[in-house]
Amino acid sequence: MKSREVVCVLCPLGCKIRIELDEEGNILSVSGNRCPRGKKYAEDEIKDPKRVVTTSVKVLNGELPLASVKTDGPIPKKYIFELMKILKDVKVKAPVNIGDVVVRNIFKTNVNVVITRSVGEKTSGN
Amino acid sequence: MKNVDVLVIGAGAAGMAAALAAAEQGAKVLLVEREDRAGGILNQCIHNGFGLHYFKRELTGPEYAEIFREKLERSGIDTCVEKFVLEVDVKKREVIVVSKKGIEKIHPKSLILATGARERPFGSLLIPGDRPSGIYTAGVVQRLINIENRLPGKRALILGSGDIGLIMARRLTLEGMEVVGVVERLPYPGGLLRNVVQCLEDFDIPLFLSSTVVEVRGKERLEEVVVASVDEKYNPIPGTERIFKVDTLVLSVGLIPQVELVSDFVEIDRSSKGFAVSNTGQTSVSWIFAAGNSTVIYDLVDYVTYEGEIAGRSAVRYIDGKDVGRARVNVEAGENIGILFPKWFDPLEDLTMYIRVRKPIEKGILIVEGVLERKIENLVPSEMIRIKIPKSRINASEKLKVFIKEE
Repeated sequence: MKSREVVCVLCPLGCKIRIELDEEGNILSVSGNRCPRGKKYAEDEIKDPKRVVTTSVKVLNGELPLASVKTDGPIPKKYIFELMKILKDVKVKAPVNIGDVVVRNIFKTNVNVVITRSVGEKTSGN
Repeated sequence: MKNVDVLVIGAGAAGMAAALAAAEQGAKVLLVEREDRAGGILNQCIHNGFGLHYFKRELTGPEYAEIFREKLERSGIDTCVEKFVLEVDVKKREVIVVSKKGIEKIHPKSLILATGARERPFGSLLIPGDRPSGIYTAGVVQRLINIENRLPGKRALILGSGDIGLIMARRLTLEGMEVVGVVERLPYPGGLLRNVVQCLEDFDIPLFLSSTVVEVRGKERLEEVVVASVDEKYNPIPGTERIFKVDTLVLSVGLIPQVELVSDFVEIDRSSKGFAVSNTGQTSVSWIFAAGNSTVIYDLVDYVTYEGEIAGRSAVRYIDGKDVGRARVNVEAGENIGILFPKWFDPLEDLTMYIRVRKPIEKGILIVEGVLERKIENLVPSEMIRIKIPKSRINASEKLKVFIKEE
């Protein structure tokens, strides 16, 4: 039997979660998590670690040059830099509002990239 | 000249909450902000993790701010952006503000200071060497990247492992800069463990503990940073120096409450360096209240919102003549307490205490003398504890002593 300890990143509590594995790497038990989300997180850490990604996209004709975005759910860690590459070329046109979808179903994960900062149109004279 | 019930300085998390809470009590509120939009530092904190306490869901900084901005718009509160407070005249109860339109005098019945904090600057660290460009505080870098769409350089070293430093390590990496490491003077990371994992370990960024920057070199732009290990007294150990060739040094070495405006006549707390306040947010000057990072540096914005609301409510209660501050007692920090908030207990409100330990404590008992004893485990100074005690449980006529007994 093997075991691994992971720190849950889902909230500031940062639970230290212990996972017991059999010889084939199957999960036998999960302990130390203070909520059910932690159990799922720990299982993902063993199988396919996932993260929510936050960054920005460019805004055309906006009062600000950028609108911040996030993935509306965790995506596999291995996709993070690929996502950054895709978003580097994404430009949205002002106005944009919180929750607007920028990229739908990214990497076929059922996760969308959504706006987290509303940006209005540039007012004339600027 | 303008007469208002409540004037709030600063439209960050604390100021927005205070203004809304005061308006809810029926007060005529004016909210003054120097930036061009309300929201404060939340606007540039595009990462998530905000709101888990207050909203019971996870939000990014801009989302958290926008919820309050929308509430402000609906509330009828007069929110003035791009306005800067020049002076508070305590005798005349007059506040002088300046904007593009000129100078204006405001006479509030009550004033709420929600001026936030500033970053500890490079100059205060007394690091020897040259003074080239390329040295930034973490918040400035955060603003450049997240608001202005500019990268500060190509290769960076980060000094200080507080949460902002860790989050910026990840942010710079995602945006294509190379982060060669995070340097921390203490033998343990300054930020939350979750940020060590998701900001450093996820991206293989090394964390150099018990180390510090001993010299910066560079003719015009930063070229080299010299890092050395330190002993238990934080003195650099000769012979341990190593050189990092970087064009960018990011400082995440602490926040200082912004109190200069009124520090001549409003009492400053010696441990937090912020405004000393009671659990109602009232300062040493009865008509002046304060909330947020100008009183103590918080871990979570949710806490700032709660305290802002209390200050807003209490300011109106004060105007209405309902005894705010007439019967308050000292809350005193004892053994093992680094930071203790608030400074006074006013029996009109429940007591919510925020505590930082002076040093890491594995096991101990937190004691509020005669009121409460609570077991604590694995505490470090970077993690703030929040303890709420109903006012009915406190029978304090003299003072409340707070300390931690190690086990």
